[in-house]
Amino acid sequence: MNPNQLEDLENIDIEIPLFLEAIFQKYGYDFRDYSTAHIKRRLMHRMAIGRFETISQMQDKVLRDKSFFISLLEDLSINVTEMFRDPEFYSSFREHVVPNLRTYPFIKIWHAGCATGEEVYSLAILLKEENLLDRCQIYATDFNRRVLDIAKLGIYPTQDLEKFSRNYIESGGKGKLSDYYTLKYGSLKLDQSLSKKVVFADHNLVTDNVFAEVNLILCRNVLIYFNKDLQNKVINLFFKSLSSSGFLCLGTKESLRFTQLESNFANIDSSQKIYKKRIN
Amino acid sequence: MFRAAVIGTSYGGLNALKAIIPHLPKDFPLAIFVVLHIGDNKNDSFIQYLNKQSKVKIKEAEEKEEIKAGTVYFAPPNYHILIENNSTIALSTDPKIHHSRPSIDVLFESAAWHFKNQLIGILLTGLNHDGALGIKEIQKYCGITIVEDPETAIATIMPASAIEIMKPDYILHLDQISKKIIELSKLD
Ligand SMILES: C[S@@+](CC[C@H](N)C(=O)[O-])C[C@H]1O[C@@H](n2cnc3c(N)ncnc32)[C@H](O)[C@@H]1O
Repeated sequence: MNPNQLEDLENIDIEIPLFLEAIFQKYGYDFRDYSTAHIKRRLMHRMAIGRFETISQMQDKVLRDKSFFISLLEDLSINVTEMFRDPEFYSSFREHVVPNLRTYPFIKIWHAGCATGEEVYSLAILLKEENLLDRCQIYATDFNRRVLDIAKLGIYPTQDLEKFSRNYIESGGKGKLSDYYTLKYGSLKLDQSLSKKVVFADHNLVTDNVFAEVNLILCRNVLIYFNKDLQNKVINLFFKSLSSSGFLCLGTKESLRFTQLESNFANIDSSQKIYKKRIN
Repeated sequence: MFRAAVIGTSYGGLNALKAIIPHLPKDFPLAIFVVLHIGDNKNDSFIQYLNKQSKVKIKEAEEKEEIKAGTVYFAPPNYHILIENNSTIALSTDPKIHHSRPSIDVLFESAAWHFKNQLIGILLTGLNHDGALGIKEIQKYCGITIVEDPETAIATIMPASAIEIMKPDYILHLDQISKKIIELSKLD
């Protein structure tokens, strides 16, 4: 095997943890326990685009150039999302979680890692159709401020509209998605009444503490980017944040299976990854 | 000694995989990862079908799952699949690449970095360019590369675009590929 190439790969495995340590020390963002495969792919591509020869060279740059750090932050925080993503999740939510929520006079909800907000508006639509929205206080957080700004506006390109509408119908929506938005200048703007009960806020799941005590947490397609240790840590944070019998909803491919607190949650829908905190 | 094989395919891929996986022996010593482009459709029934026809175990890859030899892992629809350096599987919802999620390039690249010269990369029939850069990366880190002969592939674009940018170790007819993989798997 070509010894240079092999050595490159070995060096990269040494350099990446150092690089992440440098970012943490300098900017306070902690990627040290993210999935290595994910981080490596992102950094290798940034290295190629920026024509850096080594990760160490790139480290030099990131320490001295804040704007370069911001672009790395964008690389490392994958903001891909859509309205009513995984429609089956929403129909299961209607069936299994909504009846329970109905018994609460007041409902606090936390979307952790809400990205550009499509998930938040989707759930708000569902809650409105179930006549629950008025009783809710919703917190929607992410560690990327740029996406939070988009989430607050609730304006999205129309190119995804077809997909959103299809998802809405498949999710068991009771009306038409067009009941909830207006079209303007090639964009769709969601009805402001949907976000009346929402507070968007900057929160880092790795470095910040319990955000509020809530009855329901949605954290979908975020843990997938973390390693096992960090998943455990964040699940622990969720456990502490949930009121007794509170619900936890993860992404379809995420689970509590490899985490220490698995036995502290009951499975409500194992294929849609809806869990309920056990009373102990 | 090889530790893993990766297979990428899109249009015509169901047929191509049927011509390979059922031929692998029960004690096949490599783990196999497959990216098959099927849009938003589910893999389940195809996996079930292949399992009935095959001696190796076939399943959808799960997040953080430990990699085992003699098992074929399919990328779940709508997720990229990557290999972690502790030999577990990672999934991601990163943007589509070549309009595809899962993307062959993403799997091939991360497998190349992890398995290096202990990897066999196989690119089959397909209608887009996904996989070409990935199989080139496998070659860069001294894995063995096999591309289906565009002459016999149901869709030529995918294998042809790989051959345009790299020189595969083997360009084979579909019915020769399983034999070659088994032969390579026996090398020390
Ligand atoms: C793939 S998106 C998921 C969006 C949405 N929940 C969904 O499922 O469609 C992942 C989001 O997690 C956010 N994220 C990643 N690491 C985070 C952290 N440490 N703290 C808070 N948010 C984080 C990213 O910025 C990104 O917006």
